[in-house]
Amino acid sequence: MNNRTVIGSVCILLLFLASWEWGPGVMGMPEYVLPKLSRVWSEFFVMWDNSDLLKHTLVTAAEVLLGFGIGALLGVAIGVVLGLSPATEAMLSPYILALQIAPKVAFAPLFVMWLGYTIYPKILVAVLIVFFPVMINVLSAVRAVDPDMINLIRIMNASRWQLFRLVEFPSAMPALFSGLRIASTLAVIGVTVGELVGGNLGLGYLLVDSEGQGNTAGVFVAIVGLTVIGIVAYAGVVFAEKRMLHYMPKANLVTA
Amino acid sequence: MTTTSPMYVVSESDGNQPAATASKARVADVTPTRVEIEFRGVSKAFPRKGQKDAPAVVKDLTFSIRKGEVVSLIGPSGCGKSTLLNMGSGLYSPTTGTVMVAGQEVKGPVKKVAFMLQKDLLMPWRTIEKNVEVGLEIAGMPKAERRAIATEMLGKCHLAGFEKHYPFQLSGGMRQRAALARTLAMKPDVLFLDEPFSALDAQTKMVLQQDLARTLYNEQKTALFITHDLAEAVALSDRILVMSARPGTIIEEIDVNLPMRDNPLERRKLPETGPLIGRLMELLHVGEEGSMH
Repeated sequence: MNNRTVIGSVCILLLFLASWEWGPGVMGMPEYVLPKLSRVWSEFFVMWDNSDLLKHTLVTAAEVLLGFGIGALLGVAIGVVLGLSPATEAMLSPYILALQIAPKVAFAPLFVMWLGYTIYPKILVAVLIVFFPVMINVLSAVRAVDPDMINLIRIMNASRWQLFRLVEFPSAMPALFSGLRIASTLAVIGVTVGELVGGNLGLGYLLVDSEGQGNTAGVFVAIVGLTVIGIVAYAGVVFAEKRMLHYMPKANLVTA
Repeated sequence: MTTTSPMYVVSESDGNQPAATASKARVADVTPTRVEIEFRGVSKAFPRKGQKDAPAVVKDLTFSIRKGEVVSLIGPSGCGKSTLLNMGSGLYSPTTGTVMVAGQEVKGPVKKVAFMLQKDLLMPWRTIEKNVEVGLEIAGMPKAERRAIATEMLGKCHLAGFEKHYPFQLSGGMRQRAALARTLAMKPDVLFLDEPFSALDAQTKMVLQQDLARTLYNEQKTALFITHDLAEAVALSDRILVMSARPGTIIEEIDVNLPMRDNPLERRKLPETGPLIGRLMELLHVGEEGSMH
């Protein structure tokens, strides 16, 4: 980004914050519908002091991290297996498709029933929701390796494992990272839904709790917190991607 | 060699050409009698599941290439040249017949055989030197040793100083040089080259041909060179095999019999080159309707 776009972005942010602060007053919006920015800001400190906001944020962040990590690992592993074994994939594809279409967040109540009001059902929803984009991207990337490249390496007498390690896996990296980008934001959704359904920990719980008290500002604090966690997760993926895919010509990388 | 047509030998009628006599000695130099590559009655079909009589892609291929010889293979597109090359390098076995490389029947990837295609096939995630090393890494050579070979090969291919670059930072010609360095790093006795220069601009192509020809000549490598470029075939090879349209088979064998196989730039300028290319054009029906694409 050059200077002009940075200035433009900052201006848009300021404009947004300003309309949040003064917009509700101008339009005569009552505070329980849309509290103005400064009200949300002061609610933030109230919750920080009285509701253990930091602890809840850290719990949610940890759930996102674990759900994302486990889901991504599973997605990579199964994506690779299915990518390398078309027969297995053909056999499993109707069920994979069905699971992919099923709204994963709908499983949240079920997981809560199974695992109780703990952090585990939240992690499980995140795992499930993160798994698919990663798996699908890895699967198709492993398939899409240039057959000439595979032949070249085979002629060099490479073993199956060497072929995978030297060609198939590294060439799936760009696709893996686009899967991870999507997954990082989905992980936050999965965890939030899990927390909304049940439990007494996490920003999702604070959100429901504030709603129960009619504390609209508190709801906004929770939403902003969840968004920040999502942004950090996404930025983490982008950072890792830039480190790992430094060999790509710049034009091929989406700007973050 | 029952299936090949009579040989066409370019006439050495002009005895007053000193170059022609010089050539004889040189050609003899680099062609000891040992046969390095041999195809015996090779056919290949790719039947689908349950399909019994799939049409052959190549049929009754019979030819041999002596050690140190460079042979070009030309023919219309889709005539099975690449199929032939893939069988030679052991990627798949022929439906009938046998392929021998270095006195052994080819049944899988063969050591001492290397392969170079039109695409450079450099791995974008590896530096140039790591790309050059890849075959040695597969063979389990220790890092320091293979690094030394990579450096040497990159030097030979005029890429010294680009070891740490990534492929996207190099031009097309340089990338193809790197591919050549990777091919040579395997220290192959036999090279299969599938239109390695056809994606390059005319001048880069000639420079690279020059480098390749010199290396092949100096190191006594045996090479089978697939090309669409008739001038390239004449400039680089000892012999030219002409293939028919599918099912591909060898219809002509031409002895180039010109001097300076190690110097294609000069060889191109020889007066005999033009007529020879003309003869090839006739054989391939270049310009006639529905022939070559």
